[in-house]
Amino acid sequence: MSESLVVPTMAEMMARGEQPEVLFWVGCSGSFDDRAKKITKAFVRILNRANVKFAVLGSEEGCTGDPAKRAGNEFLFQMQAMMNIQVFDGYEVKKIVTACPHCFNTIKNEYPGLGGTYEVVHHTEFLKSLLDDGRLTIEGGQFKGKRITFHDPCYLGRANKIYEAPRDLIQKLDAELVEMKRSKANGLCCGAGGAQMFKEPEKGNKDVNMERTDDALEVKPQIIAAGCPFCNTMLTDGVKFNHKEGEVQVLDVAELIANAQDL
Amino acid sequence: MHILSSILFIALTVAGFGFFAVNAKKIYRNIKLGQPVNRTDRSSERFKNMLLVAFGQKKMFTRPIPALLHFAIYAAFMITQIELIEIFIDGIFGTHRIFKEPLGGFYTFMISLIEVMSVAALTATIFFLSRRNLLKLPRLNMKELLGWPKKDANLILMMEIVLVLCIFTMNGTDEVLYNIGKSHFTGQGSFNFTISQFIGPTVFGSLSEGTLHILERVGWWGHFIMVLTFLNYLYFSKHLHILLAFPNTYFANLNPLGQFNNLESVTNEVKLMMDPNADPFAAPAVDENAVPAKFGAQDVMDLNQVQLLNAYSCTECGRCTSSCPANITGKKLSPRLIMMKTRDRLEEVGKNIDANKGTFVEDGKTLLNDYITPEELWACTTCNACVEECPIEISPLSIIMDMRRFLVMEQSAAPMELNTMMTNIENNGAPWQYNQMDRLNWKDEN
Repeated sequence: MSESLVVPTMAEMMARGEQPEVLFWVGCSGSFDDRAKKITKAFVRILNRANVKFAVLGSEEGCTGDPAKRAGNEFLFQMQAMMNIQVFDGYEVKKIVTACPHCFNTIKNEYPGLGGTYEVVHHTEFLKSLLDDGRLTIEGGQFKGKRITFHDPCYLGRANKIYEAPRDLIQKLDAELVEMKRSKANGLCCGAGGAQMFKEPEKGNKDVNMERTDDALEVKPQIIAAGCPFCNTMLTDGVKFNHKEGEVQVLDVAELIANAQDL
Repeated sequence: MHILSSILFIALTVAGFGFFAVNAKKIYRNIKLGQPVNRTDRSSERFKNMLLVAFGQKKMFTRPIPALLHFAIYAAFMITQIELIEIFIDGIFGTHRIFKEPLGGFYTFMISLIEVMSVAALTATIFFLSRRNLLKLPRLNMKELLGWPKKDANLILMMEIVLVLCIFTMNGTDEVLYNIGKSHFTGQGSFNFTISQFIGPTVFGSLSEGTLHILERVGWWGHFIMVLTFLNYLYFSKHLHILLAFPNTYFANLNPLGQFNNLESVTNEVKLMMDPNADPFAAPAVDENAVPAKFGAQDVMDLNQVQLLNAYSCTECGRCTSSCPANITGKKLSPRLIMMKTRDRLEEVGKNIDANKGTFVEDGKTLLNDYITPEELWACTTCNACVEECPIEISPLSIIMDMRRFLVMEQSAAPMELNTMMTNIENNGAPWQYNQMDRLNWKDEN
């Protein structure tokens, strides 16, 4: 926490006549949600440490439109998408990294049909590539031998078949990766997707995040790792509901790495 | 005698296939009621997908035990079709085991294989029956299956048992007759079919020649009539999947599951809105053939043809529902029920068209509300678990999404909290009420 964050915006870079290696798409959650902001900062610390030349859009960023689209409001979604595409194209963006699987999925899969085609990577994939290229090294440190289970976000896993990158990162920490009975393609939703995050659930016997937290607690982890700010919130709520917040932490993969590095 | 039986055989065949053709045409017509969708691209990839998923049953094998049992029935079904060709030739020309002489040892092998597969299929059938009725597997005993769906499943399993019994009656009695040189196949000895060479003498050995001849015919005709019955039963049953799984997997979505389609009609309007050079008062170009655009789906005709094909292909296995987070936690949504209701409504629309000489007469009902309620639709988390689970790549999610679109864009009937979320996105560029200018505040916070 000693170093201050270096977070250039695209506008600043452009003023200097520079082009970043990658645009970091922070997302609404990562910008405004108190819990998710910690994930954003952890990721930025890693980027700073690895000397990645990146930029954010800052106030020029808008919602990708994912929750609007999945709520059925195609108009609002496409308006948001086209505004964002105009901004991307204005800055000649080629590569985008984001810590939100919803933003990731939408920009990667749904923007091309509206004229916006970019190389989009999830932050777990990006971190893995930094390690593979030797730009970042991690040692297990405080996570060595800890029991960590990974919850697959639907929009990262089933929707885009990314299962290994986050697991590889966890294993790099010399942690003991334990799998829940429902994982990877069979993973259970945290309950937040499809705009559920923004409304009360329909009537039932149980909330989805409680069911999923039970899956996670069953394998007796010390840490539940997630790769999505929404999953993080849902699982954190579930852990609190079970009064386990003293024993079980819910952390984003980026936080695991930043903490291991003592960043 | 053989002329009479030939005539009866041909008459039954024509009637059986004719009736099936009439119903198959109805299904085709009903599917065509849906909106066209382009799923004819990437044909080699599609073909490969069909080969793996429908022919090779790839997705079934995520649950190995039922997969093996299902495979036994499937393989027996496929291979028995070869024997069916012989039955047709024998039936029309009054011959007996016409392939035996020309095929020789291969014939013995083929019929033996059919017998072995039939025993495997019989075992599987008994297992499936007990799984439904004795073990009461939760997924196969949900309330949406009460009534016809349950009966349908049991009926087809019973038909399978009859079919297999006919095969062994036919081959077993013929074996005994051949042993004593009285088979319609000239000569004397054993057919050497793996199973009937043993069960023939054991079960039928003590019967008189007359009885044996009658039983042999009972088996033969029974087998044939069962095939025709089965064929015509398909139209009324979830067992249509044995035919439709193939086109259904061919036309399946090949894009990433998270990629939801972008409505083109919306794109045009949004582009116009965002174009600073567009004349806001310009009258849109008039298209003579234009149907007034509806955003999203209210009824089956608003769904696309692949979604309707999906509905007819659904086997009601319920793997989708048992993996649905909403359903697991007791909400009303059941992806299987979404498919069943879509098919029920489509059938109803089809009957309406039949009754009204080819045109649909408004019946005051729609898929939305009369069959599927908004409560079910709003419970979906769009997690794609149902799509992932489906052994033949049906997407209940795409129907749910299209109906949500109708609710929101045509009826402005989103839950209140979602309206708040959408207003926030419109005004602040975020689903929460924060100022867009504050998006980078986190940088300087501790």
